[in-house]
Amino acid sequence: MTSPFVKVQREDFDLQAEIDRLTNGRRDIGAVVTFSGLCRDEGGTLGALELEHYPGMAEAEITRIAKLAIERFELRGLTAMHRYGKIAPGENIVLVVAAASHRQAAFDGANFVMDFLKTSAPFWKKEHAKDGQEGDWVSAKDADDAARAKWADEK
Amino acid sequence: MTKLVYFAWVRERIGKGEEEISLPAEVITVGDLLNHLKTLGEEYETALQFPEAIRVAIDMEHADHDEPIAGAREIGLFPPMTGG
Repeated sequence: MTSPFVKVQREDFDLQAEIDRLTNGRRDIGAVVTFSGLCRDEGGTLGALELEHYPGMAEAEITRIAKLAIERFELRGLTAMHRYGKIAPGENIVLVVAAASHRQAAFDGANFVMDFLKTSAPFWKKEHAKDGQEGDWVSAKDADDAARAKWADEK
Repeated sequence: MTKLVYFAWVRERIGKGEEEISLPAEVITVGDLLNHLKTLGEEYETALQFPEAIRVAIDMEHADHDEPIAGAREIGLFPPMTGG
């Protein structure tokens, strides 16, 4: 079975380089879906997001989710990267690249990884306002739990 | 001794990122641990006043509040995750 490429890092990542890492030299991949999550400025009020993670567990949890996705959707390759530290509006936060023989598996694989990552990978976001004021921790959303639950219903 | 690690607002309210504590024998489950920590001081009481909002990991794996903690090397306490 394909092993996922998982990385939790402070630095930015390069979308094209990550697609190349999965597809270079391959002739069996028919579809690549790339999802990237960026930091929004929340209508111009947000100065930065501070992302905290549980070192070790974050990597382990994303790897667990990625392996489930590879098995369930028969993916030919899967990359999941998540940044931590202070991230400014417009910058990347998370990247998922799913490669498969056909497009539906690639779309579903990327979607599945994001739904599980959001609800079970140990990351937390704190808002910092544009004026430099330290803000609140972002609350978990019920909608994210509902998004994850739908994968059980579809089995 | 058991190593406890705290994240996000749990860490901020308790006022430290980690500590090693010895637990009384009657602390069997995750739920017992949360109740015990609440007796350690005001900052713990504030951090854990709504125990149902606290997520726990035993040796870096998610654990329910009724799970036993025997043998745990590291227990993480944190709010619901908000990554992605």
